[in-house]
Amino acid sequence: MKQIQQIGQQSIKSVERIGRASLFLFYIFKSGVDCIIRFRLVISQIYYVGVLSVLIVSISGFFVGMVLALQGYHVLSQFGQESTLGVMVASAILMELGPVVTALLFAGRAGSALTAEIGLMKTTDQLAGLEMMAVDPIKRIIAPRFFAGVISVPLLTIIFSSLAVFGGYFVGVGLLGVDDGAFWSQIQSKIDFNDDLLNGLLKSFVFGVIVSWLAVFEGYDTVPTSSGISHATTRTVVHSAIAILAVDFILTALML
Amino acid sequence: MPAVKKQPVNIIEPYVKIRNLSFSHENRKIFDGINMDIPKGKICAVMGVSGAGKTTLLKLIGGQLRPSCGSVKVDGKEVKKLSLPALYQLRKKMGMLFQSSALLTDLTVFENVAFPIREHSNLTNSMIRSLVLMKLQAVGLRGAQDLMPSQLSGGMARRVALARAIALDPMMLMYDEPFTGQDPISMAVLLKLIKTLNESLHMTSILVSHDVKETASISDYIYIISNGKMISHGTPRQISRTKDDNVVQFMKGLADGPEQFHYPAGDYCEELFQTVKGNNDS
Repeated sequence: MKQIQQIGQQSIKSVERIGRASLFLFYIFKSGVDCIIRFRLVISQIYYVGVLSVLIVSISGFFVGMVLALQGYHVLSQFGQESTLGVMVASAILMELGPVVTALLFAGRAGSALTAEIGLMKTTDQLAGLEMMAVDPIKRIIAPRFFAGVISVPLLTIIFSSLAVFGGYFVGVGLLGVDDGAFWSQIQSKIDFNDDLLNGLLKSFVFGVIVSWLAVFEGYDTVPTSSGISHATTRTVVHSAIAILAVDFILTALML
Repeated sequence: MPAVKKQPVNIIEPYVKIRNLSFSHENRKIFDGINMDIPKGKICAVMGVSGAGKTTLLKLIGGQLRPSCGSVKVDGKEVKKLSLPALYQLRKKMGMLFQSSALLTDLTVFENVAFPIREHSNLTNSMIRSLVLMKLQAVGLRGAQDLMPSQLSGGMARRVALARAIALDPMMLMYDEPFTGQDPISMAVLLKLIKTLNESLHMTSILVSHDVKETASISDYIYIISNGKMISHGTPRQISRTKDDNVVQFMKGLADGPEQFHYPAGDYCEELFQTVKGNNDS
């Protein structure tokens, strides 16, 4: 009986938390106008969450492209289809790996940092201090970070995908001897701007919203202790990863 | 518990009026029907043991928490009934010095003090600079304007936070444990600053503290809370003369008295024997 009671309590807490997170997202969107008026706040956050993530995203993209080309070449060469290596790499990257891996990297690199920063601001009374100075912390601290994340993820995805295709080209054409012209012309003819490129970008935008939302909410809702921040940071990465993969499945099913 | 006087005395028209205030947090009653008047332009101290709810009281006055029942009026406005924009308007008239200083760690001392001015005014940079330098000069830290909060000592951080709290020339300033963890020199500096600021800016000051001697030395009126109730109030002289056991124990810092050192627990010997018995059984 006690266990059923505990399950019930846990369920109520979870539903309550989802409700709080939804209201929180609503307040953030309501603060969107203030962010447009004071866009410099968003720009400075784009530097911290976006620009500083460029290196890890670029290196990861390049290696993912190289590995994909190696694996692809191994399979395709068995059927004499090496010339289609370019389109295989590009379609896998643009539609799936680019948005998904970039969002996962963003959650690990910038999402966790956002949660820790906001959580520590709460723990050290900085958010309460802002409230007492008649400054709304959601408008001044949370919303600029959220929108910076939403803007950064698609841009990082473009960088990731570009470098991944280049990594595939480097291994396929440079090291394995696939024909240069065939590599690019296959991509040009088979990759559709709307179906592949724009859908990939739409996915990355949705992932940007999810990761940024989870990161800022976990920070704002953290228990103001050191272990509270630690748990919140872990939750950001774990929940983001699960949410990205689940939403990716739904979006892919809708887009196909 | 007998109070020094049955009802709070209005020295001057109260800036903060608290009536029948009750507040509970996670099934624990923090306040149970508290009445207080904070007179305009005076330093009013709220004292009590740790965990008595002193900081909670400041949060209720500032509208960061909502009372379970009763009313908190600041400048004639019922705080819990205010909309968010109206509450923010009211907070522009308030300043609060947090126990942790609450300085923004990514901004310099200068930018921390300039922060509320930049947020709430359209003054030019040169005017903001002059204002900030005046506030920093008042707390004796003009020379530290380029330091980061991490480079400041605890006492200096409090003084910067004080400069920031008075940046918008508020009508009321709330001090949350300003003397905690301060060395005697920093404490004396802070005491002098609180008194000077109160006199020169004619501010209403609410000083939450459990440093009895220091707080009593600058206060015009003292409230003492314990176990969710107001156990006494009066001028420092009246409080020092009271015979109430709770007040005497607190003011004199006595280990024995109505306020127990031990958190409520079962019989000590019985619990020890239970542990020994448990070990033998296993």
